[in-house]
This record gives sequence, structure tokens and C-alpha cells, in this order.
Amino acid sequence: MNETAATASQLGLVSCHDCSLLIEAEHAAAHPHCPRCGAHLHRRKPNSLARTWALVWAAIIFIVPANVLPMTVTTTLGAKQADTIMSGVIYFMQSGSWEIAAVIFIASIFVPFAKLLILIFLLLSVRFRSAWRPKDRTTLYRLTELVGRWSMVDIYVVTILVALVKLGAVAAIEAGPAAVYFAAVVVTTMFAAESFDPRLIWDVIEENV
Amino acid sequence: MSDRQRPQSVPQRVPPLDEDGGTLPHPGPQIIMACHDCDLLHRLPAQATATLLCTRCGAVLSRRKPNSIERSLALTLTALVLFVLSNSFPFLAMKSGGFVQETTLLTGIRELWKQELHGLSGLVLFTCVLVPLAQMLGLLYILVPLQWGRRPAAHAARVFRLVQEVAPWGMMEVFMIGILVALVKLGHMATIVPGVSVFSFGALIFAMAAAFTSLDPPLLWDRLDLRQ
Repeated sequence: MNETAATASQLGLVSCHDCSLLIEAEHAAAHPHCPRCGAHLHRRKPNSLARTWALVWAAIIFIVPANVLPMTVTTTLGAKQADTIMSGVIYFMQSGSWEIAAVIFIASIFVPFAKLLILIFLLLSVRFRSAWRPKDRTTLYRLTELVGRWSMVDIYVVTILVALVKLGAVAAIEAGPAAVYFAAVVVTTMFAAESFDPRLIWDVIEENV
Repeated sequence: MSDRQRPQSVPQRVPPLDEDGGTLPHPGPQIIMACHDCDLLHRLPAQATATLLCTRCGAVLSRRKPNSIERSLALTLTALVLFVLSNSFPFLAMKSGGFVQETTLLTGIRELWKQELHGLSGLVLFTCVLVPLAQMLGLLYILVPLQWGRRPAAHAARVFRLVQEVAPWGMMEVFMIGILVALVKLGHMATIVPGVSVFSFGALIFAMAAAFTSLDPPLLWDRLDLRQ
């Protein structure tokens, strides 16, 4: 690491979150909007930790019904069958399409849980002022930001199935209650990743030096 | 494509700050930028065609592309044409017995709405139709005047900011995977015929991604800056 390198914050500058214009902190406090692009200015994202915790807790609450309740309800000749996310994965495995089973498992089960665990880990590491591998933790953060959107796959599959399969009395697919909860998990974790400020990881290290 | 190059990190002393406005002097040949992820200041070289990474945390600071305005304008127009195609034709048709059921993106959304799932249907409409459309129109609004050497359009900087802010919510590529999964799932129940839309959708995703990666935000912000 370069010893002489400085951060914007150390030099009393605020970097606009949207257009990266550097503005003097005093000026930013007086006029909290970026003179170039109009974005709200802040040295660090406001209440980053509290907001991220709140959204993480909301996601933890939503993730339970999302996995327990049925995602789709299929009616075939009068017989109803409810499928949860996991039973959908098992169905694909048994019917031989293991690639699809893997896609759904990774996007709908692995990614949301991994994302929540990583966010909790990052929040705790900032809370306890950890100086452990800041670069790797930042990479981990970028990963959660990047990967979250892919969880929407299952929601889209349900949309397509619902729209396509309505063959009168023969067969119909309806969206189950889990679809709503699952969409809520995806949206809240996306907001949670967005409200976490990775610069907090580095602030601790600069103060300790 | 572009070679990865490390920008210099900025030493403790940066050029003196402007008296009025309190902002750094106009970038000129060199741009100073703080890393989004760790706040470290960097001096970006002016004319390098390269991907510049933060020296401390490895975040991408900027990607320089030659002719970035022309390129992204061309790709945005391509994407817009493909977007109209994708929404005009069914992406899947299902044949079972005497029934043929066709779906376009919009009928799928309407079907969810009819089933009282208003939130879900709104979410799909937002992420697969409204956000991508807004992104494309926003880019056109910004790029067209610049391409023909005119003054940037009114509030172009604000429009560009919004285009960047909504980007994580445009999820067409995720929807494409959804189509493929649905295709396999329904293949067990009935005959599935992929429509024109599947192909135009596939091309659209690449056109959009290419349009966005050929953008050069530091250059654009500089051109859109109307403070002088």
C-alpha cells in the first residue's frame, strides 16, 4: 500500500456519489447538492449501518415464508399441486434437468442466503472495527452488489408460467404466496447492499494507522 | 480488450482548490477522482485507453474507450429497435391439444395483475420494461446533442445521474434466463415454440450491455458540466 496516498475524506473533500466530482466538505455542508449533477452530497452514505441492519432484518423475516409457502400452484384436470422453491428444484433434479435445478438452486436459495450472511459479516466487521483483510471484504461487498439481481430469475419464471399456462380446465398455473415474499427478499437485500458503504471498512484502518 | 493499467495514487498534496464554488479546478488534461469503494484519491491519466483500477481495493475507477460517444449512441439505437421488436412479438407459444397460447412480455404482466398480484406485476413491469426503456431514452437524450457537437440538452447531467441510479434495477438479462428455465419446465407439459421475441431479446441484452460498457462516465460528466 502506498504510504503517502490520501483519501478524499482526509483532505476534507467529499466525492459526489454519482458523478465523482470532488467538493470541499465545508461547501458540501452548506449546499448539500452536487453543483454538476444535482445528487445529494454526503461524506459517507447517511446512517449506512442502521439502514443496512434494518433491511437485512426485514429480508431475514421475508425469507422464511418465501421458502416455506408454495411458489406456484398447478391445477391439472382438477388436481392441485403446490410447489415451494425447494420442491421445484427437486422436481427438476428428478426429471433429469439438473442444469435447470442448479440455476434455480443457486439463484433462489444459495444467493439470497449467502448475500445475507455476507452483509451480516460486513456489518459486524465494521461494528467491531476489524482491520482484517479490507481488500477482500471490499471484494466481497462488490460481489453481493453484483449478484443480487440474479435472484429475480424465479420471479420471472413464475410470471411466464402464470401467463402461458391457462388452458381452461386442462391445466393452469397460479402464483403462490411465496412469490410475493421472495420478491420482497430480493428487493430488500438489493436495497441493503446499496445502503452499505464499503468506505466504512477502510475508515477504521486509516484511523488506526 | 483493453490492457489493465494502474493509475497513480495521489500524494497527500493535491492541486489547490478553487476559491469560488469550492470545487477542484477544471480537470483539464488530468482528472482527480476518489475511489467509490475505499475513498482513495487517484489521478487518472488523460488519454489512456485502458481499464483503470483502484490501487488499494481494486475497484474499477474508469474504463476508457475510443469514440465512446459514437459507439454508445449506435448501440443504444440498436437496443431501442430490438426493444420494440421484443415487446411486439410473443416470446413463447405453447401448443397442447387444440390450444395455442402465446405470450408477450406485456400480456404476462397483465396476467399477474389480473390474479391480484399487483406488486409482482408492477415489479416485472418496472424491471423489464420501464427501467430499460428509461435508460435507452435517457442515453439518447444525452448522447445525440454531444454527437452533433451541440450544447448538452437541458438537465442532461441530471438525466445521466438518473440513468446510472436506475441501472441495477434493469434486469432484462435475468428475465432471459427466466425464459429459458420456463422453456424447459413447460417442455414436459406441452409443445413449446420459441417466438421471434426470444431472439431479439437475446440480442437486446448484448446491445444494452455493450452500450453501457462503451460509455466513458468521466468524459461524459466533463462534457455535461454546464457550470462555466
